[in-house]
Amino acid sequence: MPSREEIFDKVRSALVDALGVDEDDVTPTATMVGDLGAESIDFLDIVFRLEKAFNIKISRGELFPEDVLSSSEFVTDGKVTPAGIAALKARMPFADLSRFESNPSVQNFANTLTVEDMVRYVQSKVAA
Amino acid sequence: MRWFWIDRYEEFVRGRHATAVKNVSLAEEHLHDHFPGVAIMPNSLIVEGMAQAAGLLVADAIDFNRRVVLAKVAAAEFFFDAVPGDTIRFKAEVLDLKAAGSLTKVTSSVGERVQGQAELFFAHLEPGEGVPKLFETDELLRWLDQMHIYEIGRDEAGQPLARPDW
Repeated sequence: MPSREEIFDKVRSALVDALGVDEDDVTPTATMVGDLGAESIDFLDIVFRLEKAFNIKISRGELFPEDVLSSSEFVTDGKVTPAGIAALKARMPFADLSRFESNPSVQNFANTLTVEDMVRYVQSKVAA
Repeated sequence: MRWFWIDRYEEFVRGRHATAVKNVSLAEEHLHDHFPGVAIMPNSLIVEGMAQAAGLLVADAIDFNRRVVLAKVAAAEFFFDAVPGDTIRFKAEVLDLKAAGSLTKVTSSVGERVQGQAELFFAHLEPGEGVPKLFETDELLRWLDQMHIYEIGRDEAGQPLARPDW
């Protein structure tokens, strides 16, 4: 199994190619949307690149749960409900959602995912 | 009016690869101002030709059941200018294909020389995902016929492509 550093290097390379950012910008704490400027279409591009780099399969919605965030079942008045938070945690055990929980506005979610979350996600996939 | 930046396909293998040609002519009005006396085919329009060559390949592979939209141009490079009289040959290859999107690689060549290359990423959108209907079916079919897809196209097993019964 690849080391955490090896995974980080490949994730960084995928993000540099997909987002056109400098290597130096891709730090573990950088947020995907706020710091690196990822848009929704970029997540699909990133999925393609991670699948190829790590020979893994990523299902739609696994990395970026747009279906949960746009669901009337899980979102009320622009905020994710407790049931929605539970759904996000179940879907994304790799992500640290504690900060998001304190202000679960859908708009805030974009700034929740970090590069480290991506690395943890890949670690969980290659270990599976 | 639509902007067509490929004239026809020479080779079309469903879901895999295709070659399309574009003859650059001084009769094209956009070349008159780009630039007066020194006509050069803009590389931005060559990217559009690449996108049409690869986009139809992808759209056919998913049975034209989603709207194939050029979402990202990655790693585009050009090595010299194409000019009137040149025949540009676009070679498109599908690198990865999923329901929601596809990644392709396209080169443009003039004669034996590679003029440009790019990775093109397409989003496959469903109605309601922000893109209006791109074609009426009869109009699309006319374009596909004009591109000779059902004359020269083959599936992965080498069998001729069936013309859709829309």
